[in-house]
Amino acid sequence: MPPETILTATGICHSFGGLMALEDVDFQIKRKEIVSLIGPNGAGKTTLFNLFTGHYNPTRGEIYFNNRKINGLKPYQVTPIGIARTFQNIRLFGQMSVLENVLVGQHCRTRSGLFDAILRTRGFRQEEARARKVALEMLAFVRLEEKKDEKACNLSYGEQRRLEMARALATNPSLLLLDEPAAGMNPQETTSLMELVRQIRDQMGITILLIEHDMKVVMGISERVAVLNYGRKIAEGTPREVQNNEEVIRAYLGESA
Amino acid sequence: MFIQQLVNGLILGSTYALIALGYTMVYGIIELINFAHGEIYMFGAFAGLLLVTVLKVPFFLAFFLAMALAALLGMTVEFLAYRPLRHSTRLAALISAIGASIFLQNLALLIMGAQPYTFPSPVEAKVYQTPFFTISRLEIIILIFSFLLMIALTLFIQRTKIGKAMRAVAQDKDTASLMGININQIITVTFAIGSALGAASGVMVGIYFRTVTFSMGLMPGLKGFVAAVLGGIGNIPGAMMGGILLGITETIGAAYISSQYRDAVAFALLIMVLLLKPTGLLGRPVQEKV
Amino acid sequence: MAVFDSIHLFLQELIGAYYMQLIILVGINTIMATSLNLIIGYTGQLSIGHAAFMSLGAYCSALVTLHLGFPFLLSLLCGALFAAIFGVIIGIPTLKLKGDYLAIATLGFGEIVRIVCLNLEITGGAMGLRGIPKKTNFVWVLLAVLFTVFILNRIIKSRIGRALVAIREDETAADSMGINSTYYKILCFGVGAFFAGLGGGLLAHYIRFLHPKTFDFMKSIEQLCMVVLGGLGNIWGSFVGATILTVAPEMLRSVADLRLLIYGLVLILMMRLRPQGILGEQTRLAPFFSQKIRNLLQKRTRTNT
Repeated sequence: MPPETILTATGICHSFGGLMALEDVDFQIKRKEIVSLIGPNGAGKTTLFNLFTGHYNPTRGEIYFNNRKINGLKPYQVTPIGIARTFQNIRLFGQMSVLENVLVGQHCRTRSGLFDAILRTRGFRQEEARARKVALEMLAFVRLEEKKDEKACNLSYGEQRRLEMARALATNPSLLLLDEPAAGMNPQETTSLMELVRQIRDQMGITILLIEHDMKVVMGISERVAVLNYGRKIAEGTPREVQNNEEVIRAYLGESA
Repeated sequence: MFIQQLVNGLILGSTYALIALGYTMVYGIIELINFAHGEIYMFGAFAGLLLVTVLKVPFFLAFFLAMALAALLGMTVEFLAYRPLRHSTRLAALISAIGASIFLQNLALLIMGAQPYTFPSPVEAKVYQTPFFTISRLEIIILIFSFLLMIALTLFIQRTKIGKAMRAVAQDKDTASLMGININQIITVTFAIGSALGAASGVMVGIYFRTVTFSMGLMPGLKGFVAAVLGGIGNIPGAMMGGILLGITETIGAAYISSQYRDAVAFALLIMVLLLKPTGLLGRPVQEKV
Repeated sequence: MAVFDSIHLFLQELIGAYYMQLIILVGINTIMATSLNLIIGYTGQLSIGHAAFMSLGAYCSALVTLHLGFPFLLSLLCGALFAAIFGVIIGIPTLKLKGDYLAIATLGFGEIVRIVCLNLEITGGAMGLRGIPKKTNFVWVLLAVLFTVFILNRIIKSRIGRALVAIREDETAADSMGINSTYYKILCFGVGAFFAGLGGGLLAHYIRFLHPKTFDFMKSIEQLCMVVLGGLGNIWGSFVGATILTVAPEMLRSVADLRLLIYGLVLILMMRLRPQGILGEQTRLAPFFSQKIRNLLQKRTRTNT
């Protein structure tokens, strides 16, 4: 039986040189939750993401994913155990086709090696066919199947965001981290994004943690919100609780408010 | 014997240091290995040689004129081969730089031919004997000139307005341009200064080894880069230190291991540094932004 | 293998020794350029020491032929494996370096190999290695080219190939897809070196004389030019690039001195005007043309409406 909490971080500290980016942060995510991480710019949100995905190694503290300690793991080791992410400044494989991007997403779910590829063994062909099928499903899920042969860099901004999500989903995660998924989207796109995020959780049973500045998104879809300010967690609770928290209001509006 | 090697290494190293400065300054600003830098060094040597032998320009004037001409060439290379690629991939810029290097080298071959030229010595060959080592008058002059140029560069970067602007551009191009710094102008100046220093080294080495050839830039160019990496690329004091360290290692390696492996010593040192401390001796580690 | 010889001789009779030589060199250069393209064009790792791997393969296969009397195929294989092993050994530490540093490390490695070959007794030192029997002929080269292109093509069109391109496009994102980028870079270096070694073995048994100067920095640059000219990330482009840069200098004998000068210009101008190379990044020729046709049709329909 998998544990109730999918990710537990305790006493996380991270410093860049002498600068403390995160100080003593405790954080938990429950299975199949949608959690938002908010806070002013430079509060340490993306740093926390990077710690969860192995891009950084925390200076102090421990991170457990499904009861397994993951600090010290490299990004390519974290992904196979079920954490996927998108990036704040979209990072697609621009010169590859949309379909290929999603196929790359399945890298850690496929096994064939050099000699399978050269000999094009039965296992290799079956695996390719399966990967293709999954990729097309993912593209259909984010409504990009018609663009499958386009180069990723030729997609519109909103489409690129969706493709990045499809690519992350293709890694078959149990926890999906979205870094500002609604940034730069118009209200219409934002609404359909919220719908998509909800579908990912409801239909695929994937836990979601997102960083977001758009409060409409945060209040609209999250079940729980955590607030970071100057590298510390200053509040946590339901959207309503956080909305009325005085310290949060101060952090966003300044002391005088 | 050992001290003699040390002195020889110091002299060689100071010429490497001058070349390394050009690499490091350019890298610090546009993050490009200026592969053509070795050819600028070669060009400097030829310019000095032709000024002295053909136009009968007095040596010291020729020295500075060669530096100025090389500065001009450096700016031209930047303008034609690098600037148009400022926004393309780094691979593209690097390939263009390699292209510029090969082009200049073979242009020199076409114009000057493959034969080596002899650089007439500007000073009489007087040798001073000390209890520990011997040193010629020419060697003393090379050391003095190299160190004067390095001091001048340090002062320029630390004290002048352009020097400050150069440091600002090296740190953050976008912010620097918001502060009203003309980025293109700073890059041009950087190429000019780096090229002039490279040419100074070229002239001095030309005199020291008494030969100038079209291909003379290749090895010292590579070694200058090695020196820059050794010291921490983008770091100006690092380049000076790296150059001298490389000169000494190479001389001692050649003396005590094998002179045939002289050039291999430099590259082995390079690979070792890249593996053990890729940021160089004085370089600071950079964390990649995700 | 007598069959190979008779086919070779028959064809040589048909087209003449001069063109035969040209075709064989085009073949060897194609092997070099396509394998380098895997490293530079597909994986995005700038290696400028490919000639060093070629020399390792050339010396190794020549030496096992001369001293151990290995049959040709086996000596070619020895050379290729020897180069591949070095590719991996060199790759493990250096491929952790990014872009420019990697370029300079491969260059340094190439120089070290050259200097070592120049000073070892077994390689003939500065005198060069003489008396290698001539075994390379048209059929061998043809088979080797087909083998190389076939294998590279299969690798490229697999999850490994996608991983390599992903690393080129964005290494951080590739890591996030669960791709161990260091492993794949080393793999690609090993495979690239393997075929470079194969090319070296073929060359050794064709020109019958090896000298470290044959494999200097300029040789690596020449191979880089072939890749860039044909198109980074395009196997067929490398064939086109290798053909042009092998045949053109022969056709332009009168301006032979200008060869390297032109190489330099080609690199600069290609980067500026057509960085994707002559063919651009299309893995097959057919889609390249069908794309052109589609564009034409699209233009026409647009003007119609």
